[in-house]
Amino acid sequence: MLSTKNLSSNIVLGQLYALWLREIKVFLRERSRLVASTFTPLLWLIVIGSGLGSTNLQIGTDYEKFIFPGIICMSVIFTSVFFGAYIIWDRKFDFLKSVMVAPSSRTTVFIGKTLGGMTTSLFQVAIILVVGIVLGINYDALSLLQILSIVLILSFCLTSLGLTFGSYIESLEGFQLIISFIVFPLFFLSGALFPIDNLPAWLKLITLVDPATYSVDALRNSILHLGTYSFEYDLAVLLLFTFIITIIGILSFRRMKAV
Amino acid sequence: MITVKNLVKKYADFKALDGLSFEVNENEIFGLLGPNGAGKTTLIHILATLLKPTEGGAIVNGFDVLHNATKVRQSIGVVFQAPSSDDILTGYENLKIHALLYGIPRKLREKRISEVLELVGLEDRKNDQVKKYSGGMRRRLEIARGLLHHPKVFFLDEPTLGLDPKSRETMWKYIKKMVREEKVTIILTTHYMEEADMLCDRIGFITNGKIIALDSPSKLKQEIGGDVVKITFNDRIPLDKDFTKFDFVHKVEQKENSVIIYMEKVNSNLHMLIKDLDGVQTIEYKKPTLNDVFLKLSGDYLSGDSPEGGFMQRYAQYKKS
Ligand SMILES: Nc1ncnc2c1ncn2[C@@H]1O[C@H](COP(=O)(O)OP(=O)(O)O)[C@@H](O)[C@H]1O
Ligand SMILES: [Mg+2]
Repeated sequence: MLSTKNLSSNIVLGQLYALWLREIKVFLRERSRLVASTFTPLLWLIVIGSGLGSTNLQIGTDYEKFIFPGIICMSVIFTSVFFGAYIIWDRKFDFLKSVMVAPSSRTTVFIGKTLGGMTTSLFQVAIILVVGIVLGINYDALSLLQILSIVLILSFCLTSLGLTFGSYIESLEGFQLIISFIVFPLFFLSGALFPIDNLPAWLKLITLVDPATYSVDALRNSILHLGTYSFEYDLAVLLLFTFIITIIGILSFRRMKAV
Repeated sequence: MITVKNLVKKYADFKALDGLSFEVNENEIFGLLGPNGAGKTTLIHILATLLKPTEGGAIVNGFDVLHNATKVRQSIGVVFQAPSSDDILTGYENLKIHALLYGIPRKLREKRISEVLELVGLEDRKNDQVKKYSGGMRRRLEIARGLLHHPKVFFLDEPTLGLDPKSRETMWKYIKKMVREEKVTIILTTHYMEEADMLCDRIGFITNGKIIALDSPSKLKQEIGGDVVKITFNDRIPLDKDFTKFDFVHKVEQKENSVIIYMEKVNSNLHMLIKDLDGVQTIEYKKPTLNDVFLKLSGDYLSGDSPEGGFMQRYAQYKKS
């Protein structure tokens, strides 16, 4: 909205570091948030995994292993969208005002937030990966690298998505709407819990515009060698989604009301 | 230092600011005094580049708030009306993050953080989480935060709102100290008369988005013309009584069943005023305060003896009802 030009790149890097630092400190200090967001995906993995796993699906592997990539994405979806949408709180409780009144551009603030979201996601995925070893999942250097890239990109994408919606919403109740209408559909329609190949056409169509679909598929490729598409195809589509959402996000963020 | 020109801010059809113009000089403490809803916070937000005016503009430290936001932001420090520090972080962490946001070079950073912490007397609490601070401490931390980058202009939006009387006095002490040591121009908003009187070099009375008077506190008080006596009658004001016939009376106003008399030396002249007066219910008198100036300017007389501060709130409620 208002121009903030002429800042040296040194300063911008310092600002990004500051914004990232704030997010990480808050994340590490708010134990309840941390425990809840790490624990929930694990609960799904264990309860749904062994519950539905006993019903004998035709998916080419144990059900628990089959949903493992989906659970990784679930953790990223919840963490990242929440993280972005948290901007509603920041605006409500005025911390954001003090950032906005500093000579940092909106784009810097936006990117700072996504860096925070990515770090948080990474942290939680690391815990899930360790649990995966217990389930008998094997990683190699390549698959770890692939997981890392997909998690970071998806997290960037969805933190941007959360920030985009958050920048238009002013009431805290809006947060609830984001959970119902963004987070859950993203998750359930991503094929995290079931294969999307055999879905009815209309439902399949919806899964195709869910960036998480390609992330789940990519991870299934690299962890279980079981994808619907190729890893490269998944990666390309995910990057495309990320690019578009980030552009929309930054534009929305720039025209967001500061007060 | 600050020039505000014909500023208008509309929310739908409602004018929160209605054509404000004024100037603030270098190194003065300028007070914006007005009831809740007068438009003080809106004005601060515009001057701090957070809100776009509907019409008009403002120059802060030589930079246009609309076209040169970065320069304006580098020139200002702000303490918002509502707390804006992160209460999960410690005081020190809040300061460090802001030092980075303002691009303060690493070499100077720690030194400056200690300086401002010392200035507001929070060195020994710097490693406590802000949620453990009292309201006054939190406000002081935000002053320190706003001073980190040596701003030329400092905005304080209701710096003592919600503080108990003792913390309020502490706050005043620190505000004065900050003016002395940091040489900043200050715009302070408040609805406490006493506070404006105490701290400000000049005061602008703001109500309904307009400035209705602007001068130094002493000039404003002189303008009202002497002591004020309010006589309330049981039923109505006797028609045959002409108070203006006394030499020591400057001016008489009537309101319902009261007369308000502006006069010299109330102590020695009161007995003349009320001789032969029947049906008197109460007589109140006082030396002029900024309250009276405001009352006079806004044309309302509510209660003469309300405590400082409380009055403005009641005034606001009254205006709403
Ligand atoms: N976002 C907004 N939308 C509509 N009205 C607003 C908004 N912000 C402030 N106002 C109105 O503008 C007026 C001035 O508000 P404000 O500047 O906060 O006053 P003060 O700080 O003097 O108490 C008030 O009547 C308030 O209700
Ligand atoms: Mg206000």
